[in-house]
Amino acid sequence: MAHSNAAATGAYGTTGSYLNTPAGGGLKSWLTTVDHKKIGLMYASAMFTFFLVGMSLGFLIRLELLEPGTQFVSARAYNSIFTLHGVIMIFLFIVPGIPAILGNFILPLQLGADDVAMPRLNLASWYVYMTGAVMALASLVTGGGFADTGWTFYAPYSLNTNTNVSLAVLAAFVLGFSSIMTGMNFITTIHRLRAPGMGFFRMPLFCWALYATSWIQVIATPVIGITLLLVVMERTLGIGFFDPARGGDPILYQHLFWIYSHPVVYVMVLPAMGIISEILPAFSRRTIFGYKAIAISSMAIAVVGYLVWGHHMFTAGMSDTARWVFSLLTFFVAIPTGVKVFNWIATLYRGSIEIRVPLLYAVGWIFLFSIGGLTGLANGALSTDIHLHDTAYIVGHFHYTMFGGAAIGMFAGLHYWWPKIWGRMYNEKVATTAWVLIMVGFNLTYFPMLILGIKGMPRRYQDYLPQFHDLNFLSTIGSWILVAGLLTMIINLIRGARSGSPAPDNPWGSTTLEWQTTSPPPLLNFATPPEVTTGPYDFTEILRQNNVEAGK
Amino acid sequence: MSSDISHAIDQAPGHVVHTDPETGKTGMWLFLFTELLLFGGLFLIYGVYRSMNEGAFHHAAAELNVAMGVTNTIVLLTSSLTMVMAVSALQRNQVKRSLGFLTGTLLLSATFLVIKFFEWSAKYHHGIFPGKDHLHELPHGEGLFFNLYFMMTGLHGIHVVIGMIVMTVVLFKIRSGALAADNHGMLEYTGLYWHLVDLVWIFLLPLFYLTT
Amino acid sequence: MSNSHTAVAEKPHVLPDGLFVMVWAALLVLTAITVGGSVFFPGKVGILVAMIVTPIKATLILMYFMHLKYEKKAFTIMFLVAVGILSVFIGLTLFDYLLR
Repeated sequence: MAHSNAAATGAYGTTGSYLNTPAGGGLKSWLTTVDHKKIGLMYASAMFTFFLVGMSLGFLIRLELLEPGTQFVSARAYNSIFTLHGVIMIFLFIVPGIPAILGNFILPLQLGADDVAMPRLNLASWYVYMTGAVMALASLVTGGGFADTGWTFYAPYSLNTNTNVSLAVLAAFVLGFSSIMTGMNFITTIHRLRAPGMGFFRMPLFCWALYATSWIQVIATPVIGITLLLVVMERTLGIGFFDPARGGDPILYQHLFWIYSHPVVYVMVLPAMGIISEILPAFSRRTIFGYKAIAISSMAIAVVGYLVWGHHMFTAGMSDTARWVFSLLTFFVAIPTGVKVFNWIATLYRGSIEIRVPLLYAVGWIFLFSIGGLTGLANGALSTDIHLHDTAYIVGHFHYTMFGGAAIGMFAGLHYWWPKIWGRMYNEKVATTAWVLIMVGFNLTYFPMLILGIKGMPRRYQDYLPQFHDLNFLSTIGSWILVAGLLTMIINLIRGARSGSPAPDNPWGSTTLEWQTTSPPPLLNFATPPEVTTGPYDFTEILRQNNVEAGK
Repeated sequence: MSSDISHAIDQAPGHVVHTDPETGKTGMWLFLFTELLLFGGLFLIYGVYRSMNEGAFHHAAAELNVAMGVTNTIVLLTSSLTMVMAVSALQRNQVKRSLGFLTGTLLLSATFLVIKFFEWSAKYHHGIFPGKDHLHELPHGEGLFFNLYFMMTGLHGIHVVIGMIVMTVVLFKIRSGALAADNHGMLEYTGLYWHLVDLVWIFLLPLFYLTT
Repeated sequence: MSNSHTAVAEKPHVLPDGLFVMVWAALLVLTAITVGGSVFFPGKVGILVAMIVTPIKATLILMYFMHLKYEKKAFTIMFLVAVGILSVFIGLTLFDYLLR
């Protein structure tokens, strides 16, 4: 696998940094680029802008819930705020997040390719994403103001409300297109552009995770696309598919919505699992335990994920048979997930563990996601779900899985690949401080919600009963710590990219192909096209070099 | 791959272009899957409401014009034939023959739309059209049937129109020599898309016209 | 590398036009059978005929017009996966509605 960067002959695009190729291009060279790395960074800048907006809205929600009664947000405005928080975080940040940012940047590098299979489609997907984002924001100020339905746009309320549901829904439709384009591109890239010698079972596990993810994006997204279009049709023409007054069934909307939206939670979390599978071997200097089991469990999660959407609808009025069948199927998801968790722990066992920032985030991820997964089993069981449905418990649970699972995984990946992306290191001490703040703030914010929900506090209300005050107060304090941690992390990363100390090509001693090119990589990624002769996590060479250096 | 890289770089800075037929075909099939699932959502709704309103669906379907539906099926099947022959003609480097068949496909798809237009406008004059009062006064099951009919054939019709636009572009590209025997990908992908449009119609025919 | 296939650009598999005409004729005959079934045996039998014949028509189009028979196996597998998942969507939803 070894090759020397010094062998670069200086052909166009094989030397220098992609950031300076073409030289002096300015903003236009970014907006017209088909380089997967630049497109990834363009996604990153857009998404983190939206993330900051979504974070501020979440902060506002918590601030309103500091005390019972109305603080400074009316009940009506509160409905729009949590809808907007959900729509931004789900559709603009967490669903496209890891694939579009890190997938775009890292996938071709890990495969040893010079770009994705369809680079122009890749750029187009960014513009489609931005169009959708602009539409979503435009729906804020047009029509009757932003939707107040919650991010799920449940019928029949979404058919009747005077707020601008139609434009918000069309925005989600357009964003779905962008997601599909990325998925198609990744599947094609993985099929066609693997380096010589890299069979499917020599691919890094992040690629496997993206492969499974992409299949979900391609197959599930069109269903929500047509469903959302029908909501618009319903609002403009009254076609009656989801309107009980015309013989339609609102529960059918819920079916169609969750047929997409349940598989899509695996779009959020599978790539994060892929990132964890990259980081753990790198920092324990040990090949991953159960490579094939992890790879196949990604595909298994993708498949089983299609079968369980009904568990979002246990209290909606489905048939009893459908309810227990969906409940049973739901528990099956725990099996491939468990396979992964045990393999990760077995990877750490007896490794020579080096505790660096990416590993901290990865271990934090396992902790948070385990809580998210286990609290999910309580929702998956029919009897307990009747009690927990639509309470703050659900809010706590899905923040543990989506924020704790997907977003923290993305942060882990950003800290892991940051030196490769920019050729510069961030300040590790500050990054560790940010990690501590995030972990403390996170649990302080969301764990009280689990208890509040069990005690019976419903979600989506701007007010609550006085007996819920203490825990809500605690949760709001937690949100302040969490926001402080997030801001510290983001500022530290940006400062690192601008003025951090230069990073070596392989700062962590990792084995996958992206670490064999320069930091940052040249436009076409590799001076000499790599060839693959071993599995992705073979540390023999790294350990030998370490021993040589230690002997010096 | 090094030879790939050298021929893959346009003179325009930063452009990498993979001209690999297998890659294009993979991408196209993946796109077709998304189309399949897009229509699939509507088929699902049809299945549910049909199971709830069996009688009303039979009753309402009787009002559709079977002759027009069958004629359109024949038109569309024939257009698929001319399309596939246009592709193989170009592959054999018979440019004129390919252009002829492609023009034929375009004419047939226009015929399809004309027939569809007459069908829709006949229904419109009877007040059966999404948003019209008469449709709302019908029994619920029949209302759902007709709304499904308009949504599904409407979405299908939009696909026919998009197909015609793409075919026109392809037609000009073949004429200008931009597409030729050794570079026929775009025509082939258009063909795949067109056959999918045909495929969807094949299912729409029995679901709407032949359920009486 | 997998994309080095480009260098050895394979000659596309060109099928004879006669085959396509035969497939087209078969499709027309099958259409006639479906229509005949629903006109002469309206109700259960007609629907049964349509349910059997329509997938056959679809298969003919997929195999010959869309070349699936002559592509790599992977394309067929991927197609079956997509159709399979769509049937799961429809099937599990009907599980709810038919058993209410």
